[in-house]
Amino acid sequence: MSENKLIISKEKCVGCGVCVKTCPFGALQMEARLAVVTDSCTFCGACVDSCKFGAITLQRAEKGAKKDLSQYKGVWVFGEQIDGKIQSVVIELIGKGRELADKLGEPLTVAVLGHNMDDACRELLQYPVDKVIQVDTPELADYASEPYAAVVSDLVEKRKPSIVLAGATSIGRSFLARVAVAVQTGLTADCTGLDITEGRLLLQTRPAFGGNIMASILCQYHRPQMATVRHKVMTEAQKDGGRGGAVEKIGADASLLKSRTKRVDFLKEVGEKINIVEADIIVSGGRGVGRPEGFEMIGKLAKALGGAVGASRAAVDAGWIPYSHQVGQTGKTVKPKLYIACGISGAVQHLVGMNSSDVIVAINKDKDAPIFEVATFGIVGDLFEIIPALIKEIEG
Amino acid sequence: MNILVCIKQVPDTTEVRINPETNTLIRDGVDSIINPFDTYAIEEAVRIRERVGAGKVTVISMGPPQVESALREALSVGVDEAILLSDRAFAGADTWATSLTLATALKTLEFDLVLCGKQAIDGDTAQVGPGIACHLDLPQVCYVSKVREISKEKAVVERMMEDGTEVVEVQMPAVFTVVKDINEPRLPSLKGKMKAKKAEIKTLSAADIKANVEEIGLKGSPTSVNKIFSPPRRSGGEMLEYETAPEVAKNLVGKLKEMQLF
Repeated sequence: MSENKLIISKEKCVGCGVCVKTCPFGALQMEARLAVVTDSCTFCGACVDSCKFGAITLQRAEKGAKKDLSQYKGVWVFGEQIDGKIQSVVIELIGKGRELADKLGEPLTVAVLGHNMDDACRELLQYPVDKVIQVDTPELADYASEPYAAVVSDLVEKRKPSIVLAGATSIGRSFLARVAVAVQTGLTADCTGLDITEGRLLLQTRPAFGGNIMASILCQYHRPQMATVRHKVMTEAQKDGGRGGAVEKIGADASLLKSRTKRVDFLKEVGEKINIVEADIIVSGGRGVGRPEGFEMIGKLAKALGGAVGASRAAVDAGWIPYSHQVGQTGKTVKPKLYIACGISGAVQHLVGMNSSDVIVAINKDKDAPIFEVATFGIVGDLFEIIPALIKEIEG
Repeated sequence: MNILVCIKQVPDTTEVRINPETNTLIRDGVDSIINPFDTYAIEEAVRIRERVGAGKVTVISMGPPQVESALREALSVGVDEAILLSDRAFAGADTWATSLTLATALKTLEFDLVLCGKQAIDGDTAQVGPGIACHLDLPQVCYVSKVREISKEKAVVERMMEDGTEVVEVQMPAVFTVVKDINEPRLPSLKGKMKAKKAEIKTLSAADIKANVEEIGLKGSPTSVNKIFSPPRRSGGEMLEYETAPEVAKNLVGKLKEMQLF
């Protein structure tokens, strides 16, 4: 069979319409009290499970692969570095990558692109990693999309890993999409779950529709299977003395290093630890903070806890704090161990950016604020009284 | 300067969710909107055209015929032309096939710059912009927060990273994806609305852009959706009752310390 088919049995369909409501893509309609499928169908199978009458069957096409997939072996992690420092998401990916590699019985390799990275690469061998590939050349010291994509594409085509993982960071998400296009394979963005199926495929789970729905994705007939993985979701690997592997240091062909972009400057954000995506503790302020000075208080609490400052869209739009601190749909998605929401009512747009935090504390004047629905601990009250009391209690 | 803006019509995702009891999707009354990040791309394109003082802004979208309403909305805020890519063969595309389809259409047009929103709020992949750049063999800058200088030969832009802002010089033509910080989109004028209403929207099929039907839509998509399900719900929390602020502070800090959070 060469095409996917969704077959709705006219005999079994009772016209209840449950499948129409179930379809995430709006691809089912009711016509003359029978469900019919439209062109928007992606053959995800959600409707098949929803039908209580067994009226829907899905026939997936035997697409077959263009390439010999059995040649592809091993799990690769992209060893993202900034200013020569391996990023913490890499250690998380080593943790997950090891688990996947063990399930497959295949090796785990970290590929590092950069310059003068000898020590950092050797240190990676202390983790449960079988091998490190170090591509070392001055042109790769700072991130640039074209050479990064070209070097990784070239390595992937020559060495044929089965799985490639990178952090869903601004670097990982920018260049891996180019690699996917160049090597003609699938890429799943911002995964929060990875596993190996019985058929030895990479099962990639990710949130969609602003986190309201989860989808699991497969890449059946193309290799490698590639995914960017959300920071802070996987558990960091521990140094266990390694696997006795080696660092393979290589250069890159000049033709791969051409770049039409050039970094001319880097303006580091000043002030407290601002990378909210990395922070284990975030104290966020919203409309209830009321004024820019209110964020000084939020900052003090964050400092006392060793955390970062976040904000709702309302606070950013009011100009009290820069956009880089914004949590939510049009800002950043965070998953700290502790999220303290101060004066944030909890609009859905904010909740989708933080509701997977481990522990959520909400402080708000309005006892009916939706933020309390997701809060582990809720305090109804004036944040200008509660926060100073918290700072005092923490600082002792 | 001719600028192409790729936009997507999306369901207002804050309203899309699964009913956990029946495991069915609640999409009744969900509006279709222009992907919010794309509205910043549209605005930036119009501003660049105004700044340079010449050229044309064209929006292009792939989707079913009802996407026309999104294109008309773009026309009402200063966009000159709109193109709809609509064909059964495009349906069911993942980011690989979508970026190829858009890139194939873009090849038939003249442009100096391609703008996209950083990602769409329904899929949240951020992969179509860089995908287009790769298919067209163009340089890209993702997460652009400011266009400092721009000409037909080169541009200097600011790109938002996790720990600061990178200033990047890029040869044109290029693909930029933009973040919310870049501008504040204008509202449509009455004149703009009238113009949008009357404007003709060019619709192109797979054959019109000479796309290879084996490489687009569901057929050309390396990834497939295996299953869709509802995320686990957070279980109920605890409201802390208190008389005085120091009392509740002590209670909370005690609980957080017990959980070894700091």
